[in-house]
Amino acid sequence: MHGLNFDVAHLLAGSLVLVSFMMLYQDRLYALLNVFALHAVVLSASVAWQAYIHDAPHLYITAAIALLFKAIVIPIALHRMIVRLGIHREIEAVGSIGPTMLAGIGLVGLSMAVMLRVTADSDLLAREDLAFALAVLLLGLLIMVTRRNAVSQVVGFMSLENGLVLAATGARGMPLVVEISVAFSVLIAFIVIGIFLFRIRERFDTVDVQALDRFRGERR
Amino acid sequence: MTGAPATVSLLGMAAFFALSIFALAGGRRRLATPLVYGAALALSAMLHVNAVVALVAAAPAETLSLPMGLPWIGVHFRFDALAAFFVAVVNLGGAAASLYAIGYGRSETWPMRVLPLFPAFLASMNLVVLADDAFTFLVAWECMSLASWGLVVAHHRTPDNLRAGYVYILMASFGTFALLLAFGLLAGPFGNYAFDAMRVNHPAPLIANLALALVLIGTGSKAGLVPLHVWLPLAHPAAPSHVSALMSGVMTKVAIYAFVRVVFDLLGPPAWWWGIVVILPGAASAVIGILSALLEQDLKRVLAYSTIENVGFIFVGLGLALAFRSNGLVAMSVLALTAALFHVLNHALLKSLLFFGSGAVLTSTGIRSLEGLGGLIHRMPVTAVAVLAGCMGISALPPFNAFVSEWLTFQAILLSPALPQWGLKLIVPAAGALLALAVALAAACFVRIFGIAFLGRPRSDAGAQAQETDGFSRMAMILLAALCLGAGILPGFVIDGIGPAVQAVAGGQMPHQAQVAWLSIVPIAQSRSSYNGLLVFFFIAASALMSVALIHLLASRNTRRVPAWDCGFVDPNPALQYTAVSFAQPIRRVFATTLFMAREQIAMPPPGDAAPARLRVRLRDLIWDTFYVPIGSAVGIASERLNVLQFLTIRRYLSLVFLALIILLAVLAIWR
Repeated sequence: MHGLNFDVAHLLAGSLVLVSFMMLYQDRLYALLNVFALHAVVLSASVAWQAYIHDAPHLYITAAIALLFKAIVIPIALHRMIVRLGIHREIEAVGSIGPTMLAGIGLVGLSMAVMLRVTADSDLLAREDLAFALAVLLLGLLIMVTRRNAVSQVVGFMSLENGLVLAATGARGMPLVVEISVAFSVLIAFIVIGIFLFRIRERFDTVDVQALDRFRGERR
Repeated sequence: MTGAPATVSLLGMAAFFALSIFALAGGRRRLATPLVYGAALALSAMLHVNAVVALVAAAPAETLSLPMGLPWIGVHFRFDALAAFFVAVVNLGGAAASLYAIGYGRSETWPMRVLPLFPAFLASMNLVVLADDAFTFLVAWECMSLASWGLVVAHHRTPDNLRAGYVYILMASFGTFALLLAFGLLAGPFGNYAFDAMRVNHPAPLIANLALALVLIGTGSKAGLVPLHVWLPLAHPAAPSHVSALMSGVMTKVAIYAFVRVVFDLLGPPAWWWGIVVILPGAASAVIGILSALLEQDLKRVLAYSTIENVGFIFVGLGLALAFRSNGLVAMSVLALTAALFHVLNHALLKSLLFFGSGAVLTSTGIRSLEGLGGLIHRMPVTAVAVLAGCMGISALPPFNAFVSEWLTFQAILLSPALPQWGLKLIVPAAGALLALAVALAAACFVRIFGIAFLGRPRSDAGAQAQETDGFSRMAMILLAALCLGAGILPGFVIDGIGPAVQAVAGGQMPHQAQVAWLSIVPIAQSRSSYNGLLVFFFIAASALMSVALIHLLASRNTRRVPAWDCGFVDPNPALQYTAVSFAQPIRRVFATTLFMAREQIAMPPPGDAAPARLRVRLRDLIWDTFYVPIGSAVGIASERLNVLQFLTIRRYLSLVFLALIILLAVLAIWR
């Protein structure tokens, strides 16, 4: 039975990384949002599975929060925001896909190399989970770095936070209060960023962050 | 009875902080100044008595911990004999400064800038001494630095005070940083920040050596050890005088406490060359400090430089104690440590007294430069007598206290042939020679201060209109002068009082001196050397009284009429008197030509021109030029280069963070 538990957890965490890779090369905003919703669904499934095998009912709540907010509320809100901003047709220059994917693969390799060595004496499941979580986190950062559109940077940030949640549930014993507060802080960050998006839009007529740089009169 | 002293001390500190808050709330009232200083006086006196009682009763060390601070560390306090001694010194200085400030504080233009910080400063110094884990220690240490910094820049509109504060806070942060690293090394990989754990787990030799260097830097920068002393002559004089007294007399002692606590108590058995590492900067500080004092005209800065000399003296004593200890010569190590601690007490008393005197002069004349003073003995007789006592004491003249501690240090130096290592055998007597030079120069320096400021005739109008200072200030000065004399006359009791403190860290104490016949002190053996302060005092007093009596008896009372012989006639212009610069000229020519690159330049007007000839003296501070100027310019260049980083785009910043994370992870992956 242990083997099955482990395998399913491994599969779910691994697919989270895979979905992160999918986010890397989405150059349309709607597609990016859809993949992000998928990311959140996979996260929620992974957390729920952890709850099941560790017999920790409070993790179900975490999974529910992830499903509700990250897979439904936030994507829909971002969707509407994109419509209102009128940027749904924009195609973002992601940079060439090949090098970005290669960098992503390198990051996954790095996180495996670090985590599997550092946590040599903890149990197998936690090790794999932590390694995958670090990979998701780094990929989220990579998304933020390679994008120029503020909306897709928000999405990168959210996926980074998914990695944090995965790590927290894998580490077993993170209290519910902390999880709820993390969820709420992310929600608040989302709201704040949303407001800022509209402000930026009002001022500069675009949400391309390059406009901000141009406004500051910086050479690039 | 057990459990009392530590609790009393902690309550006292809490009361100090409460007083600080009270001063913050009500400091604008006129009555607040005497009230706050009066309460500080009462608290300090109580803590002092508490500590002295614990010290004399040789109460066993007791620990207290409070559930505050970092959750897994807590806050630990320990009241052992060493802490008791330093608590006694700190609060004696604090009580004297508070008493003095009841009167002196009235002339303060901005009481709100001084009143709230003063009790906090006292409390944090107490806290440093009682701390028993690295976290509490460092927090208290930073509080002490910050409170004193606030007091240094209290008069921030005075030119140069802000710069003094800037240099001070920079050096203080640097010192704290060094201490932080030292404690990090001592705590080891498992993070045992409690001193109890450090005391048991002795670090590996390499770690211990590094920790010694860091602690020497950290505490030396606070105590004013050359070459980390540059802030001291700027910051100590900038504060109000009672705070200068606290900073010079007491805060440097807290730094010395930190050194003793870490090196003697926590660091484990010393290597033989540790002594050299401590003795060399100590001896250098002694000589360079007092030479700088001699070349300085500003009264308070002279006193600050003299602090550097005395701190050097104390560090030489500590270094000797380390050298003896590393060779298992416990009795000699105890002698050197006793001498150092005795000097700690003496310097705290003397430097407080002298700063009080300079404060009294400053309030009544408004002048800090020696060149504007003169003849104050007529206008301020009590201050003059008290300062004279302080000058005699700090010049180590016999019936006073500093003579005893310096004599004990020299006794320890004379024992250096017992050391087996040739390095020590050669260096210790050389350091002794430097100390002897420093002592002689100190005498010249304080003759100069007293002679120029208090004798002769006033060199300025403000100096001529000086008034005697108020009653509280006089009381504080007389009290300190009496304590200096008392400790010099009856040194045996002081040595016995220090005994438990020495016992706590050196594993032994000097033989009891109170039982020696005729109140003499015998540091090693009767056949070798002994000193009797009481006898010396009686001899000096009796011979002086007898000469006075003889003069009165034998001298003729007839008025004598003599022709006005011009060489004995006082010239009407007081500017023709001996000046402070001219007094120091021979010493400057001998010692400062190389050490300070002193150059004299005479500009003679051409024949027929009525303009005055000018003698210009240029001094260069080589330490500042060689150590601090390059560091400063390097930091300037680096910050100019890094300035570009302030104007990157958001994505660049994100990429930088990302890259840093990746690099750190890669390092971790490769290194593990």
